[in-house]
Amino acid sequence: MLLSNLEIVPGHRIVKHLGLVQGSTVRSKHLGKDIMAGLKNIVGGELKGYTELLQEARQEATERMIKQAQAIGANAVLNIRFSTSSITQGAAEMLAYGTAVVLAE
Amino acid sequence: MADLIIFLALLASGYTVGRIAERRHYRSIVAREKDMANVMVFTNRFPPLTQLASQALVTGSVVVSEDYFKRVVSGLQSLFGGRLRAYESLLDRARREAVLRMKQEARDKGAKMIINVKFQTFSIPGRNPNSFGAVEVMAYGTALTPR
Repeated sequence: MLLSNLEIVPGHRIVKHLGLVQGSTVRSKHLGKDIMAGLKNIVGGELKGYTELLQEARQEATERMIKQAQAIGANAVLNIRFSTSSITQGAAEMLAYGTAVVLAE
Repeated sequence: MADLIIFLALLASGYTVGRIAERRHYRSIVAREKDMANVMVFTNRFPPLTQLASQALVTGSVVVSEDYFKRVVSGLQSLFGGRLRAYESLLDRARREAVLRMKQEARDKGAKMIINVKFQTFSIPGRNPNSFGAVEVMAYGTALTPR
């Protein structure tokens, strides 16, 4: 599965457009990490626990998008965008979406 | 009285540790930016037509939080409006760090340039509605590797 945030792929031709595919996940903060982050808030700087948490969530969203694309027979997802929104306090939704296509050389 | 002492202690530790951490982070950013100058970053939507290349999606992200001193100072400043320098430097650091991480991923894949770079900023809500909490900055783009 080729993933790209471009609209075209150099050296390839788009044979078929299969439409929008998306994947999302909602994650909440871990209480332990939250307490650590609260302490870190005094001195500032990077919150590594949160960086990893959000990266994992984004990875999960991307994998769900890939599954959806595979299910409809695509071999690439183009023009990928990421979006994040907060649902309630302490929870966030990660969304990845793009256009599923069939590419040929 | 005890509250005041705790407040001043937090303020002082936020100021000193936060400042040292910020300086150290800026030094590291400048050094790594020099090191990765050979990976070029563009916001173009279309790849150069002159060479064929394989491509891959690359991302870089970082979550940063402000220190206690910055929170108090910017809280006071926001009464009058205008520039909040404390947050400007925080977000500048975060964005440059995100770009560096994206570049690192691209270089590990053997890429020479990243195009169509987009930024996304997400403010993580704290449990307490008054708290600023933390902010995530993410950069993503398409890394091109010459064949």
